[in-house]
This record gives sequence, structure tokens and C-alpha cells, in this order.
Amino acid sequence: MNLTLKVWRQKNANDPGQLETYQAKEIPSEASFLEMLDIVNNQILEQGQDPIHFDHDCREGICGMCSLNINGIPHSKEQGITTCQVHMRKFSDGDTIWIEPFRAKAFPIVKDLVVDRSSFDRIIQAGGYIDVRTGSAPDANSVPISKEVADAAFDAATCIGCGACVAACKNASAMLFVSAKASHLNQLPQGAPEKEARVIGMVEQMDEEGFGNCTNHFECEAVCPKSISADNIAKLNRDYLLAKAKQSVSS
Amino acid sequence: MSLDSKIPEGPLSQKWTKHKMDSKLINPANKRKYKVIVVGSGLAGGSAAATLAELGYQVECFCYQDSPRRAHSIAAQGGINAAKNYQNDGDSVQRLFYDTIKGGDFRSREANVYRLSEVSCNIIDQATAQGVPFAREYGGLLANRSFGGAQVSRTFYARGQTGQQLLIGCYQALEKEIQKGGVKMHTRTEMMDLVLVDGHAKGIVVRDMVTGEIRTHAADAVLLCTGGYGNVFYLSTNAMGCNVMAAFKAHKRGAYFSNPCYTQIHPTCIPVSGDYQSKLTLMSESLRNDGRIWVPKSKEDAAAIREGKKKASDIPDEDRDYYLERKYPSFGNLAPRDIASRAAKEACDDGRGVAKSGLGVYLDFRDAIDRLGEDTIRARYGNLFQMYEKIAGENPYQQPMMIYPAVHYTMGGLWVDYNLMSNLPGLHVLGEANFSDHGANRLGASALMQGLADGYFVIPTTIANYLATQTPGSITEEHEAFNSAKKEVEERIQKLMSIQGTKTVDYYHRELGLLIWDKCGMARDKAGLEEAIEKVKVIRDDFWKNVFIPGEANGLNMELEKAGRVADFLEFGELLLRDAHQREESCGGHFRSEHQFTDTDAEVQSGKTQVGEAKRHDDEFSYVSAWEFTGVDNEPVLHKEELIFEEAQPSIRSYQ
Repeated sequence: MNLTLKVWRQKNANDPGQLETYQAKEIPSEASFLEMLDIVNNQILEQGQDPIHFDHDCREGICGMCSLNINGIPHSKEQGITTCQVHMRKFSDGDTIWIEPFRAKAFPIVKDLVVDRSSFDRIIQAGGYIDVRTGSAPDANSVPISKEVADAAFDAATCIGCGACVAACKNASAMLFVSAKASHLNQLPQGAPEKEARVIGMVEQMDEEGFGNCTNHFECEAVCPKSISADNIAKLNRDYLLAKAKQSVSS
Repeated sequence: MSLDSKIPEGPLSQKWTKHKMDSKLINPANKRKYKVIVVGSGLAGGSAAATLAELGYQVECFCYQDSPRRAHSIAAQGGINAAKNYQNDGDSVQRLFYDTIKGGDFRSREANVYRLSEVSCNIIDQATAQGVPFAREYGGLLANRSFGGAQVSRTFYARGQTGQQLLIGCYQALEKEIQKGGVKMHTRTEMMDLVLVDGHAKGIVVRDMVTGEIRTHAADAVLLCTGGYGNVFYLSTNAMGCNVMAAFKAHKRGAYFSNPCYTQIHPTCIPVSGDYQSKLTLMSESLRNDGRIWVPKSKEDAAAIREGKKKASDIPDEDRDYYLERKYPSFGNLAPRDIASRAAKEACDDGRGVAKSGLGVYLDFRDAIDRLGEDTIRARYGNLFQMYEKIAGENPYQQPMMIYPAVHYTMGGLWVDYNLMSNLPGLHVLGEANFSDHGANRLGASALMQGLADGYFVIPTTIANYLATQTPGSITEEHEAFNSAKKEVEERIQKLMSIQGTKTVDYYHRELGLLIWDKCGMARDKAGLEEAIEKVKVIRDDFWKNVFIPGEANGLNMELEKAGRVADFLEFGELLLRDAHQREESCGGHFRSEHQFTDTDAEVQSGKTQVGEAKRHDDEFSYVSAWEFTGVDNEPVLHKEELIFEEAQPSIRSYQ
């Protein structure tokens, strides 16, 4: 198939950037979206030009490195997958595709479609862990956890840290990301002792990084490649409120 | 230089206990004076960096991705082994040890494998305490499943995302230490060279991938946790960025490279569909718990399927060849990876492949769905089935999956002793990047186990044996060795940028990969390897004359990054071929066509093995090959570490 691409090109963080037009010719329908970009990049290289830079690594939907707004939607309009899992058979010959970076104040652009998501790492540093010294753990079966709780924790733990939730949100809020991590750890008995410090720490760091507030539009849930539920946001709000109330009583 | 593996004295089951007692200790006040560099942030690197920082060492950790959470350990699907015997099905440390040694075709070091089996149980405890949501039974206790090469259920799993969950546990521990100031993390930073001072590894040269700046970092010891070299084949299940640069640069500085020819071809991957393809996707081995592998008995049926005239469901049971169940009745579809891969190749070479290209076999869930219902199968493998459907465009609940072997893991790596230190003092190598635990073939669910064993439990003890002999902070970046190593890196980049030829980096990578897959893939022979050794030199020479890299070196330049990696693969590929050429036997993933059992062999006549199985030559090749670099166009020098078997007596590896 033949396609027209409108791609965001930006030399570096300081460059204003603009959309450029490329013709993608003879793209096999079995190719993945990123393989389509590989083919286009090959054509760009043959003309001696700098190829389109985009983040990617595992190309099987799990590392969270790939991003891209495809026709305005993070990871494309296909539900429950990452950009690297989008296949060209979902497009039609002659289509025009707009390809832009994930946009948010807390995700500054590095080059072209590559953004800096290190703000997510700093949120995890602020409490997204269970503090357990290596070697001090009790036998794994000494704390039984009901299957329902384990499964619910797992559902929240599947977050790949891609940032699509932020890119889809009109406020660039990171609430789905933060709440997924809080929900994963808070509901396990191992994570209970640090629950309050965790939610306060992560929420405050999120604010400091410049992410916006949640206004319950749930675009995040719709684009999440792992279909993480926005119910986690409600849980986080409740846990945060309780933690803050406790903090103010005890101080 | 002699190879001293430093295996502790005493009976196998006491070695690690004794070694922990005999190892040096560094008191807490002194630990903070030592700096350790960790390159790589996957399961091995992440767990090592977090644990060493917890102990009080100053750690600097480097990764090429934008976050340590992206390391390719994250893509491991099926599970992690541990000798917990929660199932009461006869498992033990001894049995996990024996299965792993036998699975590796008696080409790994007994003492290391025994230690791995011992610490396997601690890993499950550690990960559970970190909040890793392993699968559980309704009673609230941990669940297990079976993997290839074992007849017990010892594999712990988190749906089909076990690697992801373990890595996130490890990443969170690492981020916690970063926040506490114990670890300084450098993301989007690639190691370009190792710095030696008086023969000791004392630092690295790195490139900041965003600014292009070349920097040096000094430390008291260096840990390489940089994964395997599967991308030398171009197409593999590895992430696009996986590369051999760190290990190979260490090799060029004097570290011995062991057994590069031991490469694992995983039997269950989605077949190649076209030239544009950038990577191959694995379908977890766990699928073989319930899926049955088959091809039609007749070539005519296979041809009809390839031409679209027949479907899998048109072939009645009596016309199907469930070849693994036929050849290996006691292990069936759970035969080890090397054996299952070769059997798939044999079936396809025989003209009975079912993919359009002829290179594909069926993995069929029809019987499991009839027996257990679609819901049970969805609960067990839902995300894998979904992944297959997205890529292949077919519904595997209705049609069998089509699979073919693909390059997945590399057992070879830098040579290390029992302390995980290479022959270069101070340079330690962990996880897939070293050679030590999997011999000539790795069993499923053992890679996660090894990476975490090395990082959480082995290196925190053994590194003190080296550090205690060193004055902390005695070497800084001011030392002349750093300056000259940095200059060499800058010159190499300059050279790459100045070629301005006409062919892309990917062109050379693909040429190299096709050559190595063709001549050194699932089967190898002398003539083919000799031909490939000559050809790889031609590709390499052409690369340095005609490669094209656009843009500038002082900024984000992904073509330049790839070029540096491919340049190393072009040198490393020759070493791999030479190792395969030198090892005139078949073992595990290394199958030399000249060395297989035939019907004239007594072992075949007595029923111990079958025609076409790999034939080892223990009398000549029961050793670890450790190659010394002598220059790009010179032949490397072979050193040997003889393998000593005290407990596991090498025998014909039978899964019949």
C-alpha cells in the first residue's frame, strides 16, 4: 500500500519543530507500524538525509519504550496495544497518517518523536516500591494472598510506563500511572506498612514534575495499552485523602 | 595466562556455604569508600546495583534505554525456576542442579550450577516480598507450571509476563536506592570501552546518547550485566538495541570470550513473513504445556496447506505427525529447546512445513480446548493468544498457531571464575553476558533465575574478594589510561562518521545476520563455517569503506549508535564462527552435521538414543573454550578450562 505521512520533525529540545510530509511507498500490509517507519527511514537514508528518530526497543509491546501519537491517539486507535504492535493491515491504501510525539510539559521532546519520560522514574523513587532488604525476605508461602487480591494487584502491575495515559489527557495528568503503582503495592500485605508514605510521596512528586490534575475524562483508560482501569484513580484518591488526614491529625 | 576457576574445595553441596564463610568481608564504614560501576539494568544489573547500594557501596549504573525499567529481561514470558518443591512432586536442589547440567548437555561448570540451584529458592522469597504478583492458587499459596527438560512443576510465573514483573520489582528496588543516594543512574548512556589500569578494570568510557558527549568514569571494580549477543543474527527475539559492544570491548581489552558458538534457537516463535521484518516474536514455552506440535504426515497434505487448498482442521488425526510425542514419548511436547527446534527444522526440511514459506509447524490447542474449555485456556495464555492474533492476524482459538524456531538466547559469554570475575582483575560479568551456568543449552525459565541469582545473591558476597585487595578510590579519571581510552573512542566515532558511503547500517547488519543464520544456525558444518569466516571479513571490509551515517556525532543519532554496535558484531561474528568451527562435536545448541548418531552406532542399536541426535565427544571436548583476542585480522588464541564432573556423570542426553 502507499501512504502519505505527516511527521513531526524537531532537531533538538530548543528547535521549534514542524510537520513534514513523506510518501511511504509499497508498504506490505503484514508489516508493523514501526517496520513501516523503518522502510521510510531507509528511503530517507538513501537520499542522504537524517532519518525520523523514534523510541522503540522490544517491539513486542512490553518494554514501554515506543510511544507516538498516531492520528492524534497515543498508540493509535487500536485498543489494548502499543505502537509497536500496530500492524499496517489496519490502514488502507492512500491513507494519510499524522505521527506526532507524546505531548506533555513533563515529557520534554528530545528529538523528533523522542521524548524524555524520566519524570516517571522520579515518581517511582518517591515511593513506588516496597522497601525490602535483599536476603531478609521470609519464605514466599508464609504470607498467603487470596487469588482475587493477587489478580487485582497483577492487573494494576501490568503498567509498562509508556506515558500514553499522560499523552491522551487534556490536563497531561499522570494519575493513571501513579494510581496503578499505588494500587499494585497498596493492596498486597507486603506493601501495607508503607502505604501512606507511598501515596503522599508519589502524588507530591507528580505535582512537582508538572503533570496536571485529573478531571475524570478517562481518556487515559481508553488508550492504556494494558487496559488498566481508571478505578485505580478512585482508590488512589481515597488512600491519599486518608493518608493526608492521618498526617494532619498526628502532626 | 592460566584459567583458575577458583572452585572451592569440598563436596559440591558444601562449596557455596564454605565459600561464603571463606570470602572476605568489608566493614560497613569502609564499604562506602568503594565505587562500583554496573553496566546494564536488567535482572542481573538492576539486582546487583540495588543490592550493592543497600550494602553501602557507591554504585554508578548505566543503561542505553531511557529508563532502567526497559531492559530486555522485561520481555521474558514464561517463568522462573526454583527448587521449592511446593508441589511435593519430588523436586530438590539436587534435581534442579541435575536437570540444568543435563539440559546444558554436560558443558557447564558443576559448582556454579549447584550454587544457582541453591539460591533459586531465595529469589522467589525476595521477589514475593518486593510485591511481585506471582500466580496463586485459590488457597492463597503460589502456583507452579512445567517447563521443558523437567518432569516436575517448579516454574513460578506471573501470567505470560514473568520477566516484566520480576524486572519491575528489581527496578523499584533500584529506584529506591537512587532516591537514597546509593546509586547514581545514567540513562541513555552507552558503554564504549573498558579502561584498564595495570591490567585491572578500573573504569569505562561512555557516550551520552543525547548530547554525544564522550565521558569517562573511574571505579574500584566494573560489573558487566549487558545481556547476550543474539542480535548478531540480525533477526532474533532480542530487543532492537541488544548488542555485544560492552562485552566485546572488554574482550578486545583482554577478557576471554567463552563458547560463543552456544546459541539458543527457541522452537516456538512466529515465523518470518518478509524482508522488511525487524525482529521475531517469541511465543512462550509455557504454551507447550497444553499445545501439541505437529505437521502433516504426508508432503502432499503439507503442500495443500501451503497453497491454501486445505486447512489444519481438514487433516484427520491419523494423518498428523505429532513428532515430538512420537520421538520423545516421556517428555513429549516439553522436550528441551534445542531438541524441539531441530525436530521442527527436520520436519520442514522434509517438505512437511505448513507456513507459506515452508518454514513453520503447528502448535495446536484444539485438544486442550476440548478438554479444559476455552475459558481455562484464556486464563492461562490469554495475553499470548492475543499477541499472536495481533501479529499473525489469525485467531489461535480457532486455528492452530504457526511457529518456527528463532534465535533467542546465547549461552556463551565472557569467561568468569566462581566469583563471577573474568580473567581481567576487577571485571565481573553477570547474567546472560557470562558463560557459566547453562552449558550448551539453557532450559526454559532458567535465565531469570540466573540473572537474579548473580545480582541479588552471588556478587554481593564475591565482589568483596576482589575489593578487599584494592585501596578504595586509588584510581581516578585523571589517570592517563582514561584519557587515551577516551581518545580511541572519539577517533573510532570520527572514523565511522567520515566514511559517508552509500549503504545503510541495516544493510550490513542484515547481510551478516543472514550469513550467520545460514552457516551457523540450527545446523553447522566445517565447509560452511570456513566459507562464512571468509565472507564475514568481506562484509566487514565493505562496511568500513561504504557505510553511510547521516547527521552529526554530537547529538542524538540513532544511525551512529547502530553503526557502533554493528561494527562490533562484524568482528564478533567471526569469533562465533571460529568457535563453531573448532568444536568438532555436537552438543546442545551447537549441532555439527558431521557429528550425529547414525544407525551404525552401538548407542542407537541398543536403543539409548536415535539416529540424528547430537553426538558429543567427551574425550576430546569436555572443556570450556576461552578465546583470547589477538587483533582484528588475527586468529584468536584458544585457552581451555577442563570440566570436572564429580556428581553428574556425563551420559547420552535422552528425553525418550
